[in-house]
Amino acid sequence: MALDRWLALILLGICITYGYTAWFTMDNSLAPFMQRNPIWPSTFPKLLSILGIIAALVILLGIEKSDTTKVEINHRHLLDYHLFKALMLLALMTAYAFCLRPLGFLFSTSTFLMLGSFILGERKWWILIPISSATTFLVWYLVQEVLGIYMRPLPGFIGG
Amino acid sequence: MLEGLLVGLQTALSLQNLLMVIGGCLIGTFIGMLPGLGPMSIIAIMIPVAISIGDPSAALILLAGVYYGAIFGGSTSSILLNAPGVAGTVATSFDGYPMARQGKAGKALTIAAIASFAGGTIGAILLMVFAPALSSVALLFHSAEYFALMVVGLSAIAAFAGSGQVSKAVLMTVLGLIMATVGEGALFNLPRFTMGIMDLQSGFGFVTLAMAMFALPEAIFLILKPRSVDNNSNKKITDLRITAAEAKAIFPVIGRQSIQGFFIGVLPGAGATIASFLGYAVERNIATKEEQEKFGNGSIKGLAAPETANNAACTGSFVPLLTLGIPGSGTTAILLGALIALNVTPGPRLMIDEPQIFWAVIMSMFIGNLVLLILNLPLIPYIAKVLSIPRNYLIPYILFFTLMGAYIGQNNATELLLLTGFGICATGLKFGGYPLAPLLIGFILGGMMEDNFARSMQLYDGIAFIWERPMTLGLLAIASILMIVPSYRSHRKNRLEITTADGD
Repeated sequence: MALDRWLALILLGICITYGYTAWFTMDNSLAPFMQRNPIWPSTFPKLLSILGIIAALVILLGIEKSDTTKVEINHRHLLDYHLFKALMLLALMTAYAFCLRPLGFLFSTSTFLMLGSFILGERKWWILIPISSATTFLVWYLVQEVLGIYMRPLPGFIGG
Repeated sequence: MLEGLLVGLQTALSLQNLLMVIGGCLIGTFIGMLPGLGPMSIIAIMIPVAISIGDPSAALILLAGVYYGAIFGGSTSSILLNAPGVAGTVATSFDGYPMARQGKAGKALTIAAIASFAGGTIGAILLMVFAPALSSVALLFHSAEYFALMVVGLSAIAAFAGSGQVSKAVLMTVLGLIMATVGEGALFNLPRFTMGIMDLQSGFGFVTLAMAMFALPEAIFLILKPRSVDNNSNKKITDLRITAAEAKAIFPVIGRQSIQGFFIGVLPGAGATIASFLGYAVERNIATKEEQEKFGNGSIKGLAAPETANNAACTGSFVPLLTLGIPGSGTTAILLGALIALNVTPGPRLMIDEPQIFWAVIMSMFIGNLVLLILNLPLIPYIAKVLSIPRNYLIPYILFFTLMGAYIGQNNATELLLLTGFGICATGLKFGGYPLAPLLIGFILGGMMEDNFARSMQLYDGIAFIWERPMTLGLLAIASILMIVPSYRSHRKNRLEITTADGD
């Protein structure tokens, strides 16, 4: 089965779960006065779940002849590409999400930028360090000082 | 009107106000280029500055300049990085980014600048002429018509997705609408589909989703298969000029979309986003077969259409604000707040009581558009230099800006995790050949669509609004035709192919 039909199967599962919640469980907690309304919080989701299930089934059963779409990267040969680098960068993004608050903006961001370039094969540390530090500081200054959006600059334990 | 124009010109051309326009456009362009900071947030940030000026005309002129600058800046990041920070410029990235990848970044930015200028200027002329009359037409549109209009917009997007792609586009649109229902709806005040997670109570962030659908899969593809950026780095961005043939091709598009975009912008709630998507869909539909195939692969018409339409719609959204005192979009709602803080009450009496403000704003629109064109055309080679940054540096920076975009909007680290998760899902969908734009469009329109649907249901005590309001019925009929015709066409094409094969 082609990837698009596998994905349709997953999306069908999502639509069915969504539909089940909308049709069967959501209305249980509805206040009595709201039950007299012509529209309930579940009305629109109910419609959407039906539409979603129909569209997913059309793809899954191959009713609409799908053109062989031009996808730049063939997923069957994924290992031929730089998959490891991509996974490492995604892991780095996740780590950044966890570190941003506790370690502060300046440290987390400059490390993120440096490690990101390092993963992609950059080894010129004498360029990497000043550029990422300067960008980090500039962005922090713009966001915090000019725009006034608070971002903790330093790690919490130093009082940032 | 002539007297008003002269008064407006006199106010707008004072040294202080000229500086306001130039400053506003510059600030707007540079901040608007950062993904995640749309016109709404920039204007909100600038309000304290504008109020401290004290003079309502100067304040409004400054904010209008910021507004235009932000829209243009948003187009720049859509074209160069495929990272639209503003819903109104999502459609710009459909063709602008492929153009940048083909080494035509300079040309794409020039077309965007010219289309924005033309859209804004023609919009301002229309605003001058139609402002009073249009306000009465806009009042005829009720929530039922808004709902139907959105159904038309979404069907058009699915219908024009290309042969064999209609059901995928519909599924993606529905998925977007489903995602919009997560969180607390404005009408019900009940958390829905949050799975008990507190952070989902306010729903998914638009910027997070936009970044995850566009910028992140693109960056992942770039990492997986290093290609275009390196090739582009050696090319100098000298190709700024558009040829006579290209100018001739986009001229009618700009003309049509200025008018269509303006009138969509006038409808409260519709605004630049719907205008740009509808503009793109309409132009794609009326283009010739060969041109249709270019849409999505770097068509200049596909770039000019949404760029013109969103600027014209921005101008159009000032009509209900200035003539009725009803904000037509989120941005004009913030402007309304600023006006009230400055002791100006927009509404039908504004033209009579304080004509200098009304006309000065209109004149500043002309000046602002001109300033943007003059400022941006010479700056394009420098702006487009973004693409010549080595890949090893550029990719972490794109990732960082997508993360920042999601973080600044919500100030919540969970958004970063959502961004990464959605980015991975979106990359998987891209592998399967699913179009991602309909998902985002469905998400953007979902909230508004449900609100209007709910309001019509309450007003008519059920779905009677569909047949009791002829305009709604007409719009929904158009939506059904839009969905049925391409499916029928592709079905017939398949049948013809089968018969021919049998005959052989």
